[in-house]
Amino acid sequence: MKAPLSWLKEFVDIDITVEELEKKLFSCGLEVEETIYYGKNIDKIVVARILKTEKHPNADKLTVCQIDAGKYGNLQIITAATNIFEGALVPVALDGATLFNGERIYNGQLRGLPSYGMFCSGEELGITDDFYPGASVYGILILNEDYPLGAEVKDVLGIEDVIFDINVTANRPDCQSILGLAREVAAVLNKPIKGPSLEYVATKGVSTKATIKVSDKAPDLCPRYMAHYIKNLKIGESPLWMKKRLFRMGLRSISNIVDVTNYVLLEIGQPMHAFDLNDLEGNEIVIRRAENGEKIITLDEKEFALSENNLVICDSVKPVALAGVMGGLNSEIKSTTKDVVFECAKFARDNVRKTARLLGQRTDASSRYEKGIDANSAEVGLKRALHLVDELKMGEIAEDNYDLLFEKIENKVISTKISKINAVLGITVPTDVIVNSLEKLNFEVKVSGDDIVVKAPLYRDDIEDYPDLAEEVIREYGYEHIEPTLLKTSSITAGGLNKEQTDIANLKTLLTGYGFNEILTYSFVSEKEYDIFGFDKNSDEYRFIKILNPIGEDLSVMRTSLLPSICRIIASNLKRKNMEGRLFEFAKIYQPKSLPLTELPIENEVLSLGVFGENEDFFTLKGVIEDLISNFAYGAEVKFVRSNKSCMHPTRSADVVINGKVVGYFGELLPQIADKLDIDKKIYVGEIKYYLLKEFFNNKIVFKPISKFPPVERDLAITVGDNISWGDIYSVIKESAGDKLDSVKLFDIYKGDQIEKGKKSVAFNLTFVSLEATLTVEEIDQAINNILECLKSKLGAELR
Amino acid sequence: MQEKFNQIRQSAIESLASVTSMREIGELRAKYVGKSGEVTSLLRSMKDIPNDQKASFGKMVNDLKDEIMGYFNVKEAELKQKELESQFEKEALDITLPGKKVVAGNLHPLNIVKNEIINAFTGMGFEIFEGPEIETDYYCFQALNIPKDHPARDMQDTFYINDDIVLRSQTSTGQVRVMENKKPPIKILSPGRVYRSDDDASHSPMFHQCEGLVVDKGISLCDLQGLLDEFVKIIFDKQTKTRLRPSYFPFTEPSVEVDVTCSKCHGKGCSLCKGTGWIEILGAGVVNKKVLENCGIDSNVYSGLAFGLGIERVTMIKYGITDIRTLFENNVKFLKQFDRR
Repeated sequence: MKAPLSWLKEFVDIDITVEELEKKLFSCGLEVEETIYYGKNIDKIVVARILKTEKHPNADKLTVCQIDAGKYGNLQIITAATNIFEGALVPVALDGATLFNGERIYNGQLRGLPSYGMFCSGEELGITDDFYPGASVYGILILNEDYPLGAEVKDVLGIEDVIFDINVTANRPDCQSILGLAREVAAVLNKPIKGPSLEYVATKGVSTKATIKVSDKAPDLCPRYMAHYIKNLKIGESPLWMKKRLFRMGLRSISNIVDVTNYVLLEIGQPMHAFDLNDLEGNEIVIRRAENGEKIITLDEKEFALSENNLVICDSVKPVALAGVMGGLNSEIKSTTKDVVFECAKFARDNVRKTARLLGQRTDASSRYEKGIDANSAEVGLKRALHLVDELKMGEIAEDNYDLLFEKIENKVISTKISKINAVLGITVPTDVIVNSLEKLNFEVKVSGDDIVVKAPLYRDDIEDYPDLAEEVIREYGYEHIEPTLLKTSSITAGGLNKEQTDIANLKTLLTGYGFNEILTYSFVSEKEYDIFGFDKNSDEYRFIKILNPIGEDLSVMRTSLLPSICRIIASNLKRKNMEGRLFEFAKIYQPKSLPLTELPIENEVLSLGVFGENEDFFTLKGVIEDLISNFAYGAEVKFVRSNKSCMHPTRSADVVINGKVVGYFGELLPQIADKLDIDKKIYVGEIKYYLLKEFFNNKIVFKPISKFPPVERDLAITVGDNISWGDIYSVIKESAGDKLDSVKLFDIYKGDQIEKGKKSVAFNLTFVSLEATLTVEEIDQAINNILECLKSKLGAELR
Repeated sequence: MQEKFNQIRQSAIESLASVTSMREIGELRAKYVGKSGEVTSLLRSMKDIPNDQKASFGKMVNDLKDEIMGYFNVKEAELKQKELESQFEKEALDITLPGKKVVAGNLHPLNIVKNEIINAFTGMGFEIFEGPEIETDYYCFQALNIPKDHPARDMQDTFYINDDIVLRSQTSTGQVRVMENKKPPIKILSPGRVYRSDDDASHSPMFHQCEGLVVDKGISLCDLQGLLDEFVKIIFDKQTKTRLRPSYFPFTEPSVEVDVTCSKCHGKGCSLCKGTGWIEILGAGVVNKKVLENCGIDSNVYSGLAFGLGIERVTMIKYGITDIRTLFENNVKFLKQFDRR
């Protein structure tokens, strides 16, 4: 909300500096987001009279003027402007002057003749016709009053002002007006508020009710509707002071009657509308819900198709205004308008909000209604408007009006205890301070012992109970009175991470230990991503939740896989010439129970892994996954089987299977997909469904005795068919070795000269150990023989 | 005889002086103290020694043997030392060559800060609760005293899935979910992802918040400031102070905006704090009694405090990051800067 200091001063005697006022407003919750020192730059631009004009001897388009600048003496100014004349009073920027925009002016030479300054236009003074007549003309501003020569123009025209842009919180719609802000200023300065004047003189014999019929057919959406007739309107321009105020608030002057409605909106915070009576067919106003499909063209010439959810103001035939949003083009004030009906109403907050949003038509009026307007404000607003009409002699004001009121107007009364107010704050505020703080804010207060009864002003709809009063008190008393305590009455609680949270923290610690950096990416992705990554239309990945109002297609669906995100991050890193890295993300995927969503989806935690760079391959990820599983799911049976995931390289990827359940996949990204992502290197990525892995967690540690007897090692080399995997060989060894086998380590795989074609040599080391005794050669030999026999019978392996 | 002894001793010492290898020492050992060495041979003349002197002669021989062996041992140790030294010399490394590459990774800066926040509050007895990110309108708004079409909904642009399901726009959603299931005393910290339809240098459509909630008997605005004072000292530094000023959130009353003294200039005023000396870091307040009542907690017995802070904001202030988007680009060169533990 913008508020010019000059306007606030009309209501409150402000006798402190702008900076001090800013601080006071800030401390009571009205943060000044910006302070605009309007026209502060302007300097050394003074009133001067043009005494004589001559054509420049060396230039056709220049005029040489002799001026009288009062105490600055008679000076020569050369100008290209054509609207000047001898005797004209003009603003002149003298040597060293500063214009509105900060530009400096110095003495100079123009085509051989000296010029001791420059004549100024309205624009160079930061003003328009709305601020001073003639200020918008192309050329020099011709001053039309007899100001003293040599006087600073910004002073005589009153250009300078300070405009506060104040952040008003959503609970204080009453502060969305100059008056509302002035009330707060008055409270912090502990000064009375002056005005605004609401008196007016009506014209005998002019009657609203005799002229027009008004009926409210939707009291739920329009709890109060006031209408007041003004006869024989003298439509014309607003007075300069009013134009200036509208100008300061960034509004253009339209006509005196329209300006009055805008003025009241700004000053009182009450939206108003003025109808041309002659356009209201049947001399009637009906407030009703629109019919489905009914249409209206608003003042800005936009057409809207309406529904029964929209409230409209109609004449006997058609809608003439979109209630609380904007008037209709069909009943607008024209230069020929003679008779006017003022509308001053309270429309339901929620309905205006819905209508404005649905139609995408948000106006100053709708924004006030959306924030909430108290029912009393309609009456204050109307009276203020009529006062202005009267003051400006704009027309004959009817003696009566319509006031269709469907809600009670009553002050909220809160009966509570002073001790309760203090308990919220945690300090004991002196009772007189409590009373005084509330009274300054126009609350009526009665105290008896610990009991306090508070009557809130009508415009304070936000006040509901003692916590609200506590806030008002501390706002005025000052937050510096709060004495910090560390939960002094609170019970001791254990706190800390639970097992699940600790597991995740440990998982991340392990991953960082493996050299992985954590990434964080958006939870929403483009729908197209699912096609790029070739997820099957029937897969879980393809069952995603769409956002109704996404920022853009790029961020429009909730992800069901972390894989696309990590691949994108690797792609962008490669693009930036970061040629290696190990990345992980631990985040949620969102899996709907049904589509479209009828209940909350399941949010499951997933770990994505990605490595890229010269030294990375499939086995980097495999090693990491193996170690993770052995850390968290000790003793679980882990298998790696060929993955048929469509985004993975078909022969360089694996599913991770624990106790028969697939908990994830990893491997080289399918080259065709890498291509689409502009990745020209091999990258290795994967996803571990943490929520599935979690089921196998077993990190309970039970001490296992260490053998006192020496281990025995044997190396074996076998030849076996090329198609036999190490996994198969390993399984056979484990099954056939007996209980003394401690470990199996693969150390060589060889194909070549000495090996039969289609076969390979596999060499491994076996370690045997017993807890009970030193193993004998016979025991070991027996175990080895058994292993070799099984390898032969099951896999056709021969000892080399 | 004494002369003979001296001669052997002298000769042994002299021959030892020129010795340069362990092998030579071995030879000398054999020559002097071996089975038929010169010293050992002296015992052969025992027969010529009068009986009463035999014992002292034997002792003298043995003493000489020990003495000479002592010289050998010393020399041997010297030689071993020399040999080791020359071996070390040969094995000398250029220790300025680069180490074998072992690089630990690290958490994302937002999670580093999140963990710092978690540590600060778990130390004060808080538990961690993470609610769902896709939430019902009820938990995200209505239970927090924000009815449908309430102007407070304009404080944040919410992403909707449908009329009743939203992407949570604040972690305050956790408040109600916790209070419905747990009775006071409650000390909960609720960190997580939140979503708002905003995208520029200081707003990201997805970001992280951390909501704190205490409900117990006698909780007041003083406790709120005391708790936050403690927190900001942990997360920034010991000199950091807080300042409360009035604000509005539908779920707290009174509501406050909390500023901290600027971490860069400590309140003197600089570019980071735009000359004010203070930086806004979080919103907070005394839990609105309507919210307590919505959760079945008797507001006549219990009161609460709540606060919500943006993890991005704290992270950006702490590390001097000016564009929020940097945090989500995940450039490895950026990520690796946060490796100091």
